[in-house]
Amino acid sequence: MFSYIARRVFATIPVMLVVALFVFSLLYIAPGDPAAVIAGDQASPEDVEKIRKSLGLDRPFLVRFSEWFFNLLQGDLGTSMFTGMPVSELIAQRVEPTLSLMVMTLIIAITVAVPIGVIAAWKSGTWIDRGIMAISVAGFSVPVFVVGYLLAYFLALELDWFPVQGYVSFSKGFWPWFETLVLPSIALGFVYIALIARITRATMLEVLSQDYIRTAKAKGMGQVGILFLHALKNAAVPVVTVIGIGIALLIGGAVVTESVFAIPGLGRLTIDAIVRRDYPLIQGLVVVFSFVYVLVNLLVDVIYTVIDPRIRY
Amino acid sequence: MTTYAAAPALLDILPPKRIRTGWVGFLLNNPTIAIGLGLLVCMLFLALAAPWLGTVDPTALEPIKRNREPSWENWFGTDAFGRDIYSRVLYGARVSLTVGFSVALLASASGLFIGLVSGTIRRADSIIMRIMDGLMSIPPILLAIALMALTRASVENVIIAITIAEIPRVSRLVRGVVLTLREQPYVDAAISCGCRTPMLIWRHILPNTLAPLTVQATYICASAMITESILSFIGAGVPPIIPSWGNIMADGRTLFQIKPYIIFFPAVFLSLTVLAVNLLGDGFRDVLDPRKSKSA
Repeated sequence: MFSYIARRVFATIPVMLVVALFVFSLLYIAPGDPAAVIAGDQASPEDVEKIRKSLGLDRPFLVRFSEWFFNLLQGDLGTSMFTGMPVSELIAQRVEPTLSLMVMTLIIAITVAVPIGVIAAWKSGTWIDRGIMAISVAGFSVPVFVVGYLLAYFLALELDWFPVQGYVSFSKGFWPWFETLVLPSIALGFVYIALIARITRATMLEVLSQDYIRTAKAKGMGQVGILFLHALKNAAVPVVTVIGIGIALLIGGAVVTESVFAIPGLGRLTIDAIVRRDYPLIQGLVVVFSFVYVLVNLLVDVIYTVIDPRIRY
Repeated sequence: MTTYAAAPALLDILPPKRIRTGWVGFLLNNPTIAIGLGLLVCMLFLALAAPWLGTVDPTALEPIKRNREPSWENWFGTDAFGRDIYSRVLYGARVSLTVGFSVALLASASGLFIGLVSGTIRRADSIIMRIMDGLMSIPPILLAIALMALTRASVENVIIAITIAEIPRVSRLVRGVVLTLREQPYVDAAISCGCRTPMLIWRHILPNTLAPLTVQATYICASAMITESILSFIGAGVPPIIPSWGNIMADGRTLFQIKPYIIFFPAVFLSLTVLAVNLLGDGFRDVLDPRKSKSA
């Protein structure tokens, strides 16, 4: 198993290399003059020249890339054009809210979606199943910020159950932190819940038609035991896969959710970077987010070996 | 003399069931497609007929009438600049539908090409797929954001950015289909009959990739519309002067606590349109791939 994990870790290296190369070369393959675009319409030629220099666009591509890439390997993501601070420092300052949001969303989504999917498969064909599936189609169709605004309007403004916007650091106590994260996590988790519930239902349907399920029923085992002990265990691999893949949705959604709920995390930082056209910062954020995404999926691959003993490497 | 009760004619017990065929029958048998298509046609109509549906110029500023609640004069109210939200929402449908359809078309065409090349030419396969793996590990919205940060805001650039972000998934799908098709006996048969590679791809492989590709294209259309609205909402999409649903919601963001309707109307239209396309996709999947319909 360790050789398998080692091989998987090595396999992510070319992937990360492609990501880095792509994100970096965007500057060069973008149509027109990226320096002029970043400088904006009111910029003087000197400003454009300055930006060109700071982005290194005046030097050959390969020289710049190898320099940038070796810095990247040392954790140096460059310097923000707007604040003049190191990109890695800017990102580190904003990690906590985003990480809290994502972890909370993951917990909420999995605890809601998996049982829902199991119930839909168990009651397949009934109105319960249809209702759950209808909600899941809706989950794919309603954009995350719409869910966010609806929740904020009804549960926070009208009913005053939760704070409307903002974020309180975990260091200021668990409850205030938790309270500010509930609505954003539900909003962000909505599409994720739809995705996980759908896959859970589909794989559970397949598993429930297996012979050993009938055997378990025949020997008088309870419904709940069959569903959650026998069936769910065997449906786990696709469900875990989709949880891993869905992290991409979470990352994209976090950018929007943080903006709706005014959470000062990496998503807000991304939006600020776009508004200020701070390309080194955008570059750094994309690389960091992709790295996290690749790592999560690496972790998922490792989890396979634990949850499914049939998988041997 | 014995009399026998005459067996009632079958037709008396079972009145002839009218089996509809053609388009109507197809839609009756596939309610998901019917509902999705109906909703989508409505949206298309609203988008195309926007100038004749009682709208005013969606960019006209009327500061006197700013922040009006929905009324008979302004059905959906007005925004902070006094622009009529009803008109803006209807014209906004044009942007969303254009982006959705164009991205679906462009991404499936390019993905089809890349997937076919990758699935048939073994030497290109490993290189292409490494690149696609890399692209796929960048979350699509972030990839689109990075691309938009380097180009000027315009509808065309939004379409290109979202297309690039969607291509890896399509080419993976097509490649997978091609790889399984290549092992089919009928392909061996075609090769043994002397069918050349271009003809083999065109006549025997390509047609079989179209069904899964159509389903995928529909889902791409839906996700492209959501991505467009997100890009516009965070200020990295369609230029603010063009009314798009994302832009209208971005304008309403600061006023949301007191004037929630500015966000509400475009949100409803966006969700309904995406829902329509998603329903269409689910319907297509059930029709085109009977195996999958049972499980998913």
